[in-house]
Amino acid sequence: MSMPIPRWLIGFAGVVYFFLHLPVLVLVVFSFNDSKFSVDWRGFTLQWYQRLLERPDILRGLKASLIVGGAATLISAVFGTLLALALARQRFRGRRMFEGFIYVPIVTPEIVTGISLLLLFALLKIPLGLTTITIAHVAFCISFVVIVVLARLEGMDENLEEAAMILGADEVTTFWKVTVPQLWPGILSGALLAFTMSFDDFVITSFVSGPGSSTLPIVVYGMVRKNVEPSINAISTIILLATAILIYLADRLARAK
Amino acid sequence: MTAAPKAQPVVQFAGVSKSFGEVKAVDDISFDIRRGEFFSILGPSGCGKTTTLRLLAGFEAPDEDGGEVRLLGETVNKKRPYERKIAMVFQNYALFPHLTVARNVSFGLEQRKTPKTEIEGRVQRALEMVRLNPEVFSGRMPGQLSGGQRQRVALARALVLEPAILLLDEPLGAIDLKLRKEMQLELKALNQQLGTTFVYVTHDQQEALTMSDRIAVMDTGRVAQLGTPAEIYENPRTAFVARFIGESNFFDGRADRRTGGQWVVARPGGGTFEVPDHPSVSQAQDVRIAVRPEWMDVQKPDSIPPGENALVGIIRDIIYLGETMHVIVTVPGTGDVTVALRNEGQLIKPLLWKRGDTAAVAWLPEDCQILEQE
Amino acid sequence: MGTMRERALAWLYTRPEARAWALLAPGGFWLIAFFLVPLLVMFAYSLMPRGIYGGVEPGFTLEHYTRFFDPLYLQVLKRTFAWSIACTVICLLLGYPVAYVIARSTRWRTLLLFLVVLPFWTSFLVRTFAMIFLMRDTGLFNSWMMKVGLIQEPLTILYTPFAVMAGLVYGFLPFMILPIYASLEKLDQSLLEAAEVLGARPAARFRQVTLPLSMPGVVAGSLLVFIPALGSFLTSDLLGGAKQVMIGNLVQNQFSSARNWPFGSAASFIVMALVLAAVTWYLRVRDAGVRIVPPK
Repeated sequence: MSMPIPRWLIGFAGVVYFFLHLPVLVLVVFSFNDSKFSVDWRGFTLQWYQRLLERPDILRGLKASLIVGGAATLISAVFGTLLALALARQRFRGRRMFEGFIYVPIVTPEIVTGISLLLLFALLKIPLGLTTITIAHVAFCISFVVIVVLARLEGMDENLEEAAMILGADEVTTFWKVTVPQLWPGILSGALLAFTMSFDDFVITSFVSGPGSSTLPIVVYGMVRKNVEPSINAISTIILLATAILIYLADRLARAK
Repeated sequence: MTAAPKAQPVVQFAGVSKSFGEVKAVDDISFDIRRGEFFSILGPSGCGKTTTLRLLAGFEAPDEDGGEVRLLGETVNKKRPYERKIAMVFQNYALFPHLTVARNVSFGLEQRKTPKTEIEGRVQRALEMVRLNPEVFSGRMPGQLSGGQRQRVALARALVLEPAILLLDEPLGAIDLKLRKEMQLELKALNQQLGTTFVYVTHDQQEALTMSDRIAVMDTGRVAQLGTPAEIYENPRTAFVARFIGESNFFDGRADRRTGGQWVVARPGGGTFEVPDHPSVSQAQDVRIAVRPEWMDVQKPDSIPPGENALVGIIRDIIYLGETMHVIVTVPGTGDVTVALRNEGQLIKPLLWKRGDTAAVAWLPEDCQILEQE
Repeated sequence: MGTMRERALAWLYTRPEARAWALLAPGGFWLIAFFLVPLLVMFAYSLMPRGIYGGVEPGFTLEHYTRFFDPLYLQVLKRTFAWSIACTVICLLLGYPVAYVIARSTRWRTLLLFLVVLPFWTSFLVRTFAMIFLMRDTGLFNSWMMKVGLIQEPLTILYTPFAVMAGLVYGFLPFMILPIYASLEKLDQSLLEAAEVLGARPAARFRQVTLPLSMPGVVAGSLLVFIPALGSFLTSDLLGGAKQVMIGNLVQNQFSSARNWPFGSAASFIVMALVLAAVTWYLRVRDAGVRIVPPK
């Protein structure tokens, strides 16, 4: 760098960072505050976390989120990987169009995806519940898996598979012994992203969930709408922590050699 | 060359074509590769040499009615790579990054259901053959190796299978010059020692000349010339070959008359030169010849040795290249002609010529290479 | 290795399209059945008369689209559009300097980048809640301001347009910073040195080299902010109160309290059309290569 960064610019960036992180930081700190209403610091407590355990709706929501997240992750990881393989390695008619189509769910506003699925389920008279939530989550998670795995495939040396074949391995052996080990970090990373998004999703889920099938974000939204109490800070902090760990792992895997 | 082997060729290309969409990457090529020889396929990028190799490996299949590829006499057009029992070293080595060096080398043996007891010893011997100490390298991952070491592992992985044919796709392209020279000699030695047929693809003419028993020069999907290094260099059939392998000066003219076993060729801008008798030269026919710079000499226009061809021009530049000196003479009607003179030491025995001198480029008629029309 | 397997492989090898379809089928089916088809269903709904109990009745009508010429809904459309643009511009003004600082920093780069990526992945709901916690009348902001003595009475921030805008910017700012950073990071430093040797002063170097070369990031970032802003409903729902502030809220209302599905479908389809228009514009600009010649 030929020139130092101007001071005022650093200051400006500092203010923006402050704006970007202050709200969540405050939220986390006050999840440990020993006061129900005051925003003054009244001492450290874990009682808001204990309260969470006493709320059956939160535990049910967590369970629903884990079931949906697990199922949606598994399905979108497998199907997404197969799609990525087809797009990267196969020649077929309409490949380019299909590749473009993969990106459409990503740019589509969640509210559009949500209501269109609601209409479909209503039309087909499919009762709303964990199944419909899972179907919806897979529909928006697949694209992310495809993109992550595709990036991995593009970075992968195509000659590796040819090398395996000339060394005597047939297509199936080559796939399991060379392709999958190479793609594994990408698949895992895509799966973690899918789980994170499924776990976090509120908007789409809110349209396709039925009575008794509320995921954690739906429960939290209900709490936020009702009144602001420190338990929300506590559950938010837990969600933040879980997301941060998942994303960290996904990032590590995506960078793995 | 030793006496031509009577045995059946190891590889045969019989009128093979391969197209990608509209593009004919390989266009009706036919040639044989003999058992045990070091055979190079040489050409610029995009000439079809890599496609030719991939046809042989089985990664590509010839077009429908695009001829036949035969391995040991058997047509293999439809055979998958793993059914062909050949080995290959890739340009970027293609070592499996998730497997150790030993597991990379044993991969092919495992696919071929070699007994476990046998594998370890063969892996060791293969590593020793490419001069890697098995004790040091067996447990390493490819990511921990230098370029040269990876190259050796890739070679060991192929040779451990004791293949009848080894394909090499520009394996020395990515390593530095000194190591490359060393590996060239080692590959040549392995070829002779093992009796394996080597099919070597390269764009480096020097490399091909150094190592090969025979070379197929490829140009736009066809074989432009096939022969020993000496035949290719000293008797190029086309202007493409003459230009691609070594340097050449080109002269055009029309066969005028025949005297004393030689043709006198009239140049378009006036003057003549003589070429030896050649089946493709006949009366009033266009003739194009190539002459290597090192087979020419620079002479005073008034003292040209009798019997030599000579064209008079003006020295445009003299270039110092170390081993040789290039004298560039601008000849009217032809353009620049390069003459390579041996450098006998410019400090003690400098060239007598200088820029701007009028001089003649001279060469013997038998040094003319008569080119076919392309 | 049975012969069946060998035969299956040989069959697939001779039919590359079959191999491709085998890989495509499951995921492709899912995307078509549960993404594309629902969009078509939604479009069909938007063209049908409203049923008595929330559904639709057979028939064809454009009334759900013409309804948007009603000043009330036109207002919502205009506001959504204006706010999305405003949010994009504010994010650009705040985000560009940050991206620039990250790209130029050496020692702190990883940390600074991490601090942008973190909110990028943080639950949007949680972050919106954090804004409520900060901005409500009894929130931290008001209580501190009063303690310091700057104000006597709590300021009403929540449920104002300001709160919505703050929430949108807060929510989408990382989407602006990351692509700009990516294009600044790729910027070849020797270009700046060349400009310097040619006599360009810092301001000129920025205007004539850095800025034009970072335009792809600016365009991508603007798209990534504009699109979710256009379709956002959580922010305006929680920070803007229950009013129909943006089109997302309008859509949501039609499916909850108003129970006018075809009208909601039409509104949703308009959002989708706007998004596709923005993406098309982006692809055009990207493929044409962004050329912004700075004035002399």
